[in-house]
Order: sequence, then C-alpha cells, then structure tokens
Amino acid sequence: MKQALETQLASYALVVKKDCPTCTLIEPVIRSLAANTSLSLKVYVQDDPSFPANLDGVIDDSSLEYSYQCDIEVVPTLIRLTDGDDAQSEESRIYGWDKAQWQSFTSIEELGAELVNFKPGCGSKTQDPGMSEVLALRFGKQILQARSVELAEAEDIMEACYDRGWSDGLPVVPPTPLRVMRMLNGSERDAAEIVGKAPPDNVPCSIEKIAINAVMAGCKPEYFPVVIASVEAALQDRFCMHGLLCTTYFSSPVMVVNGPITKQIGMNSGINALGQGNRANATIGRALQLIIRNVGGGVPGGIDRANMGNPGKYTYCFAEDESDESWLSLAIDRGFERKDSVISLFAGDGLQPVLDQQSRTPQSLAKSMAMSLRSVAHTKLFGMADAILVVCPEHRRVFREGGWNKEDLRKALYEELMTPGAEVIRGANDIAEGMPAKLKDKMLNKFREDGLHIVTTGGTAGMFSAIIGGWVASGERGSQLTSQKI
Amino acid sequence: MQSTITLLDPTAELQTAARQLLPRLESIAGLTVGLLDISKPRGKEFLDEVQKHLEEAGASEAIFQTHLHPCSTDRVDAED
Repeated sequence: MKQALETQLASYALVVKKDCPTCTLIEPVIRSLAANTSLSLKVYVQDDPSFPANLDGVIDDSSLEYSYQCDIEVVPTLIRLTDGDDAQSEESRIYGWDKAQWQSFTSIEELGAELVNFKPGCGSKTQDPGMSEVLALRFGKQILQARSVELAEAEDIMEACYDRGWSDGLPVVPPTPLRVMRMLNGSERDAAEIVGKAPPDNVPCSIEKIAINAVMAGCKPEYFPVVIASVEAALQDRFCMHGLLCTTYFSSPVMVVNGPITKQIGMNSGINALGQGNRANATIGRALQLIIRNVGGGVPGGIDRANMGNPGKYTYCFAEDESDESWLSLAIDRGFERKDSVISLFAGDGLQPVLDQQSRTPQSLAKSMAMSLRSVAHTKLFGMADAILVVCPEHRRVFREGGWNKEDLRKALYEELMTPGAEVIRGANDIAEGMPAKLKDKMLNKFREDGLHIVTTGGTAGMFSAIIGGWVASGERGSQLTSQKI
Repeated sequence: MQSTITLLDPTAELQTAARQLLPRLESIAGLTVGLLDISKPRGKEFLDEVQKHLEEAGASEAIFQTHLHPCSTDRVDAED
C-alpha cells in the first residue's frame, strides 16, 4: 500500500556538491523540497555527504558513479524521473539555479522566493580534468581487451617492463589502463578496430595495441592520430615493413610529417629537427618501432637481422619546414594539398652531411649536392638505394634567389647524376664492387625513377644540407616511400 | 596497503604451440628436399652445391624455389 502511494509521487533526483556556491545558495530550497510530502527527492552529493546541513538521507556520490551514469555536467542538476517497469528513468532535467524554471519544474510556486532569480551552476566533479577516463574505466563499458598484467607489490614497475621484453633499451612509460584510455581519447577510432597485420608475425594490430605502445613510447594523446597513420603506412605492401625489418642492411622507417598537425602538436622542423629534444618527434618515431617489436614480434637478433642497424631504429621522425610556400612540400609532391596533414615513411638510415658554404648559384649548389648523393650505399652502385635529400633553409634560399624551384633542382640533380656504365661496373677503378658488366655501354642514373625525394627542415643558420640514404632494396622489389593522410 | 599495479600487455599475446620434434631421419634416400633461393648474390651456386651433396646422399629430387624480395633482380641476373 505504501509502495503504491510512493509511486504516485513526482520523483526527482538532485546532484550537488558543497564546493559550489550555487549549491550552497539553494541549500534552503533543497531542504524545503526534501520536506515536501507531495514529491519524492533523492539528493546525491559529490564531495561531502554532510551537505546540505541538517538533511537526512543524503546519498554519498563521492565515487561519482551516479553522476557518471546520469552524465551530469553541471551542479546543481535536478532530474525528474518517471517510473518504468523495473526502474525509474529520466524524463527531463534542469541545471544551475533559475528560480522561475525550478518553480515550474517542481510545480511549487513559492520555491526559493527569497533567493536571487538566477545563478549559473558549477562544473560537476565528473568534468574535472582527467576524470572522464578514470570514470569510464571504473563505471563505463569495458573497451580495453588487452590482457592485464598484475605486478606484485615488490616489483619495480620500470624494471618489470624491461623484464617482460617490452623495451627498445630505453625506459618505457608503464602502460596503465588509465594512460591507455587517455591515449585512445586522442583519436575517434574504435579501440577494437584492426588497422592491419603487423609483421613479422603477421598478427592483427588493433587501435588499442597501438595505443598501449604509444603510451610506452612517451606519446601524448594528441600525437595518437599521427602514430596511427604511421602504422597504416608501415603496413601497406608498398612499404614492405617485413622485408625492411629482417634485412641485414641498416635501414628502418624514417618519418616525415607535413601539414597543420605538425604545428598543432608542436613538432620540430627548425633547429635540431633531426636531433633530440622534441617530445613529438622523438616519441612518434619510437612508437612505430615499439609496435613492430611488441605486436609484430620483430626483435633484433630474432627476425631483425641488421648487421649494425642504425641509431634511427630508436626513433627517426621529423617535420618538414613549410614556411616557404613557393617551395613544394614532400606531401604536395606525393599528391596531397597544403592543408592536409600527412605522414610519409621512407626506408632509410643515418644522415650524411652535404656541407657547402661557398655556392651562391643554384647551378653550383646542385652540382655540389649531386656529387655528395653519389655516396649513397656505394659510389659505384646505381639504382639500388633511394634517398631523401634534406635541403637546409639557407640552401633553399640560394635556389630561390637564383630563381630555381624544387622541380628545377630535381631536374638538375637528375642530369648531374647520369653516368656512363663503364665508370661504375664491377672492376672499374680497380674496385670489385659495382654494377653488372652488362651495363657497361649504358648511361645509368644514380637513382631509379621516383627514387630521390627532397624535403626541407632545420634551423635558419648553417649551409648544411643532408642525405638520408635508403634501403638497397628500394623500389617495387622492396620498399617505396609511402604517404598516409593523418 | 598499496594495491597491485596493473599494466596492459603491449604484445600480440601469441603463445607458441609446443611441438614435439620429429625423430631424426636415418637416411634421406628417396626423399624430396625443398631449397629456397632468397635471391642473394651467388645464392644459386651455393644451392647448386647443396643440391649435389643431397643427391649424392640419395635424395631423389631437390627443388628450387625463387623468392623475389629483397635483393635486386639485376644483381641476380648478372651472376648467371
């Protein structure tokens, strides 16, 4: 009988916190509503169950479970409930303090008559920085599928990651569920989505596994879309990640990032762009390496058979300097637009300087660069290894002031790098290494078609450009530069 | 007391199936042996020699299979 009576009352739920001036302002209103026998009210308090004072039956929601389930954004929030078959459900809600609105919502004419007409509410504690992932983990739908690894209390968390073989040799950020949730929030992709199969073990690689490794690499969530794109590029057939991993040669993925995202996430395309010290450059490159290691199972001495490797196998990622709009970026060369954010992966290694402090004409500088480019892989090997020519801003200026654009440079390099086969065949110049003897009477170019890429990065002082040599299995038989829109 | 720390496994969570090794062969007489040429320079000469020894040991047939990646076919052709 009592039950039946109660269900006929209008039901309300109110969510408040003591640390909100609007909630404290309406304390007498809350007490009056609670005392009103014509309605039923449940009061949930986010921070202090002794608030409101002198009121029994306040529900402690300091765990924020109710607030999270009801998706409370502002306190106070007053919700009118309707009775369903099994449970009550929300009919409508109001938030903040608006006297007229509260009066009509509760059908109590004199409610809060003594108070100001309007006072906006405060943010719910569920909206505190970092809380959304904490609460999603605690009360939300289970989206993390990866195996949980419980560490014993006595275990050193950093050492535990090393002990399990997850590190490239440097410390990793321990991938706690909370950090992984935050990383996943850096993208709108579904955690369970499979991006492709990661070599060498050829296993499905999920967004979640990418996120776990991005956490370990030290990435911020805002870098995550770039990391995902790097994986999507690496897993394309044309990049040949499997072959690149298992080669005895030095090469490994080199990443060039173009477009607005480089500024948005603070990548370095200026002083020391290929060096240390920038978190985005450092960790995005590292994340892909950790994914190949941990998801793909590619570890040095296992499937990775590099005889020496190169330091870029920790990380090799930089942004292009796009400050000179008359000079086409790598992304534009690959068919994208300036407004696109794009990551390009190149199978390469190391950095060979091209010092030229004397050339003041494009002609001289192009010849100078071409001569240095002959050293890629071996001065007598032609068409085997691609390369990236990294033009420094001062050298770019020399070309611009001489009236050359990037295409003029590319054409001049091509012409300079044509060479009679007789000069570079095996045995020529008393060196056994070289091109097959059958090419003796042909004109050869140092680079295959589409085998020489030109990018710009670096500080504004120093007439030092550079060469990133490519894998000796460049081209369709091995790896080709692969660009992916972010 | 501090609760335990939970980490998420960054690996593919593969488990290698444990398999018993097959018993060693007493002889290769009458067996077919596959040889994989991975296109390294002079790989063919090497495998030809291996094939010769296998056939002397009684293998009925040794089969060559060429794998395209990762070496330049120009270089391989040049060895012929």
